[in-house]
Amino acid sequence: MRSIRKPRLFGLHAKPGRRLAWLLAAIPFLLLMLVYGTASHFRHQDNPADKLLPTAPQMLAAAERMAFAPDARSGKRLLWADTAASLQRLLIGLALAALVGLLLGLNIGLFPGMSAGGLPFVTFLSMVPPLAVLPILFITLGVDELSKIALIFIGVVPVITRDIAAQVAQMPREQITKALTLGATPLRLAYGIVLPQLWPRLIASLRLSLGAAWLFLIAAEAIAADAGLGYRVFLMRRYLAMDVILPYVLWITLLGFAMDLALRALLRWRFPWYAATRA
Amino acid sequence: MSAPQAGFLHIEDLYKSYGPKRVLDNVDLSVGEGELCTLVGPSGCGKSTLLRQILGEEFPDAGRVTIAGEDVGDPDPRRGIVFQRYSSYPHLSVLDNVVLGRRLQCSPLAWLTQRRQLRAEAMEYLQRVRLAEHADKYPHQLSGGMQQRVAIAQALILRPRVLLMDEPFGALDPDTREQMQLFLLELWERERMTVFFVTHDLEEAVYLGTRILVLSQYYRDQRGEGAAVNRGAKIIADYQLPRAASATDVKRDPAFAELVERIRREGFDPSARRHVAEFNLQHPHSFRSLTAEETG
Repeated sequence: MRSIRKPRLFGLHAKPGRRLAWLLAAIPFLLLMLVYGTASHFRHQDNPADKLLPTAPQMLAAAERMAFAPDARSGKRLLWADTAASLQRLLIGLALAALVGLLLGLNIGLFPGMSAGGLPFVTFLSMVPPLAVLPILFITLGVDELSKIALIFIGVVPVITRDIAAQVAQMPREQITKALTLGATPLRLAYGIVLPQLWPRLIASLRLSLGAAWLFLIAAEAIAADAGLGYRVFLMRRYLAMDVILPYVLWITLLGFAMDLALRALLRWRFPWYAATRA
Repeated sequence: MSAPQAGFLHIEDLYKSYGPKRVLDNVDLSVGEGELCTLVGPSGCGKSTLLRQILGEEFPDAGRVTIAGEDVGDPDPRRGIVFQRYSSYPHLSVLDNVVLGRRLQCSPLAWLTQRRQLRAEAMEYLQRVRLAEHADKYPHQLSGGMQQRVAIAQALILRPRVLLMDEPFGALDPDTREQMQLFLLELWERERMTVFFVTHDLEEAVYLGTRILVLSQYYRDQRGEGAAVNRGAKIIADYQLPRAASATDVKRDPAFAELVERIRREGFDPSARRHVAEFNLQHPHSFRSLTAEETG
């Protein structure tokens, strides 16, 4: 009898093995580095003072300087000072947005009266481009921390609210009726039975909002700040310091990626039933 | 044991329409305490609609539903419910699912001080449904039949006046289904709770019930025929069944098969419609009040 072998790479039913999967994942990264390295090499051959495509050693040196050498003026190690400033804004903004979005979404999704009163407004607000509001925030809240946190908050809240409300509205009616037959008051139903089921959805929603939150943060920092990853990147642009900008962009990407991984791990660890019941 | 008193669960002159379509048409029903009452009927006849009126998920257009003399309103602990699906909460362990009813009865503070004792009580119920060793699992880790047993224990812990079951075994495979029927009968014989069991499976209804109700839109009355008559379903047959053997062998018995066939003819065959005056309402609690229109 001839055994049927699954193809390893091509087709709908391909089953790449573990090692092949790692290799496949690495290829685009390696290609990017190769293309960059080649381009950088040839530019430096033509002009050793080229600033546009710094070589890997140049970027390493710059990254080391930013990370470990105290800044001449402030005496701070800039990479860490910038990271701390940015993360603080991002995390406060996201945490507030998550909390408010969760509570709003829960009430809008569960109570028809709340939905009638709140959903059109939230849907309308979600269409306001947050960056267009940024000047208003700077004018009203000043150019310090508050306006940056507010931008992230304003940008993320409508998305989370709508996502959570949709999730609540999709809850089987059976679950709600059953809770009532078990003696739940509307309040206990909302906060004792529905809310605990929403945490994993909130985490999933946050994961999707991370990209937008970083965008708002960098934009706000680019315009007015005295520290922060976005501030630094835009500051360095004035000096065409690609050897700093590129490592910074890479660092921002890694931070976002790590946050996404952490949220995913939290989801799997704390809410094992979530993935199982969505299948 | 004395015969159950009529009128524990009481439905009178109940009408319900969805939009222009009349679903329940002057339904009358009286169920005694401790009865295991099954409701069958052709698909779409309004079985679940009738159950929802008792449950309080919907309100009738006209008529009354009372339990022990009190009008029913929104769902509350007087009625327990077991649905076909979504029967337990996915984020709670089996034990926490069962204790939930008790937990919701007390304030968060009282729960903190009493939870050990309440969990022990829930554990007893889990033993009764033979799930004690699965107490710490989540529902998704259990088979379909086990999940329904969790749902039954969850509903029973509050000792509802009436346990409503809406196709509770409808999503189970035939073997599990038969086991669950046996399980329900054993449980009922021990607890003697009042059960109102909706199913589309005639054999299941005849096998389980001490009383079988047939709800059907296939009948005749003096309102005439044709599309102009907006006729809804009525209870067209009502049998008292002996509750003797609980072994599933009885399903192979010729008398069992004969009754199933008879009910199929009466309730499920549009060509064999009876007149309202000829309904087979043998059960001693059976009653009805027809309107002048219907009897002519």
